[in-house]
Amino acid sequence: MERKIILENIEIEGIRSLEVYRENGGYKSIEKALKTMTPDEVVNEVKTSGLRGRGGAGFPTGMKWSFIDKKSGNPRYLVCNADESEPGTFKDRYLLQHIPHRLIEGMICAAYALGANTAYIYVRGEFKTIIGILNEALKETYKAGLLGKNIHGSGYDLDIYVHTGAGAYICGEETALLESLEGKRGNPRLKPPFPAIKGLYGCPTVVNNVETLANIGWIVNNGGETYSKIGIGRSTGTKLISACGNINNPGVYEIELGLPVEEFIYSDKYCGGVKGGKELKAVIPGGSSVPILPKNLMLKTAEGQPRLMSYESLSEGGFITGSMLGSGGFIVYDEDACIVRNTYNFSRFYHHESCGQCSPCREGTSWMESVLYRIENGEGKMKDIDLLVSIASKIEGNTICPLGDAAAWPVGAAIRHFRSEFEFHIQNPEIVKNIKHGKLPLTPKGE
Amino acid sequence: MSEKLFKHKLYVKKNSDVSFTPETLEKIQTIISHYPEGRQKSALIPILHIAQEEFGGSLNVDIMDYVAGLLNITPIEVYEVATFYSQFYIDPVGKYVIEVCQTGPCAICGGEDIMHYLEEKLQIKVGETTEDKLFSLKGVECLGACGSAPVMQVNTEFHEFLDIKKIDEIIAKLRSESEFKKPEELTWKERLS
Ligand SMILES: Cc1cc2nc3c(=O)[nH]c(=O)nc-3n(C[C@H](O)[C@H](O)[C@H](O)COP(=O)(O)O)c2cc1C
Ligand code: SF4
Ligand code: FES
Repeated sequence: MERKIILENIEIEGIRSLEVYRENGGYKSIEKALKTMTPDEVVNEVKTSGLRGRGGAGFPTGMKWSFIDKKSGNPRYLVCNADESEPGTFKDRYLLQHIPHRLIEGMICAAYALGANTAYIYVRGEFKTIIGILNEALKETYKAGLLGKNIHGSGYDLDIYVHTGAGAYICGEETALLESLEGKRGNPRLKPPFPAIKGLYGCPTVVNNVETLANIGWIVNNGGETYSKIGIGRSTGTKLISACGNINNPGVYEIELGLPVEEFIYSDKYCGGVKGGKELKAVIPGGSSVPILPKNLMLKTAEGQPRLMSYESLSEGGFITGSMLGSGGFIVYDEDACIVRNTYNFSRFYHHESCGQCSPCREGTSWMESVLYRIENGEGKMKDIDLLVSIASKIEGNTICPLGDAAAWPVGAAIRHFRSEFEFHIQNPEIVKNIKHGKLPLTPKGE
Repeated sequence: MSEKLFKHKLYVKKNSDVSFTPETLEKIQTIISHYPEGRQKSALIPILHIAQEEFGGSLNVDIMDYVAGLLNITPIEVYEVATFYSQFYIDPVGKYVIEVCQTGPCAICGGEDIMHYLEEKLQIKVGETTEDKLFSLKGVECLGACGSAPVMQVNTEFHEFLDIKKIDEIIAKLRSESEFKKPEELTWKERLS
């Protein structure tokens, strides 16, 4: 069955405006939450729903909310993470562009549950268009009395502001985001203390992804119990998957968790198969930070069970034969894709984006990039392969924030599953040097 | 050593007269009011976007010192932010900054060739500016639009599903509109307040 929660009604013309959004049932949850529920009741519904963070880590949202320090007497903050910069991920932009009120509705319920009177939406600076759309949407919401003082006569006050970044992947990490929101460089903070105790301006703060918050209105309206029945096992609800790479239908799809990966790749409702009728080679299922899997392990687990789009199934087999759901950035590679070049590309990315605070990450990402560069250019040595494995294993777990791990995992996984491609590059420098990379699509899409 | 230090671009103060118009200053006050008392530094990144847009497309020491004064923070607090974020340019740039996404998903869909083609077409290398100061060409990391790869942005406006024909059209349009002024509602000032 097709289940739509976040993208429900997205096809309706004008749904971006408050008027049309409300005509189609939008903002009902505000009335219900603010007038008939206590903040703790809202938190409990979210706990019951089993909703897990959609930003990448999959931490249970209700539990995160229950950690917020209510005793300190300091103001509490809700911050929405709309930094979306994990390569392969473009779902939040899609949601905000088409149905921004879904986020604002969810944020009002969430802020009420947390007892926050101020909330910020941190949008990456490259999404200038989205910033304009959000500010327009917020203006309408204020005008309708759904934001500001005494919302709906409930006595509850809330202000939401849009804040912008200026180009830095690391600002998606929640503590770097808070630093950036305070007007500083995006250097992640040591944890603990966690943001729920000391976050923005040293006050209790919850940081949630756009998609996570976009679920809250539905949960308030329909109850956590109903939500928990959607999906599979501990992967409740739906997930936005942004599919890209060598497929026929790149785009954003809302799927019920538990959909078989094979169906997602080959069905015309989703990716529509590999472009040009080519063979599938590999997939990175959850954004560039998660391990790449070859076709056989992507479609079936090592035990031979069909692989499903869920937190548990995608990580089955750990990092030896599994991967992660991550942010839902689904990158598909066809038979012609060069895994070595792709791994080099990503390690270049992580080197560029490392904030430089921890030596294993700063030095390790740069070292991996240069080793991969020489392998990719036909100048590698056999021992470079083990060198890469060794560097990656020394970054992992030894850094302030998970960017170090995110840089190490893809390299480890690429070598684990595609070692022969690395060996080929090293053994055949003349062939490698003469490969022409990339093909320019000469006909525009749709023609 | 010290001479080299003083020649660093961050130390080249021209003492030129920079100031926002009263109307922009009003918008900036609105932005500052979004943050709690005493936390006006939070408005730094938004204001730097506006400053860069209003003062010729890049930031220099005079501009940064002016912004520091507006926010009542030290100049170094502005320099360290301006040099951390990739959207702020300390070196002068052309009127149109073309930034081609070079990250994995775009690269496997033709992004690398787009870059090569632009280098040839504009007769400059990545990181350079054309002699007429119209175009700067840069690489950028994933723009969050991988489903419409290959992608590039021109002064933060996205161009998606690129191919040679589209690039030709975009460049021709920008060349013909070298006097082109952005509609007011598309500016950072309007979008942020
Ligand atoms: C390097 C790095 C980049 C991240 N980028 C994002 C991002 O762009 N968007 C996001 O929502 N979470 C991102 N995260 C995860 C956040 O730190 C945080 O876990 C998340 O915003 C929490 O929201 P959730 O519980 O609703 O998922 C990133 C984490 C790391 C380590
Ligand atoms: S792991 Fe890398 S990005 Fe994270 S804090 Fe350390 S140096 Fe910065
Ligand atoms: S890789 Fe180019 S937009 Fe994501």
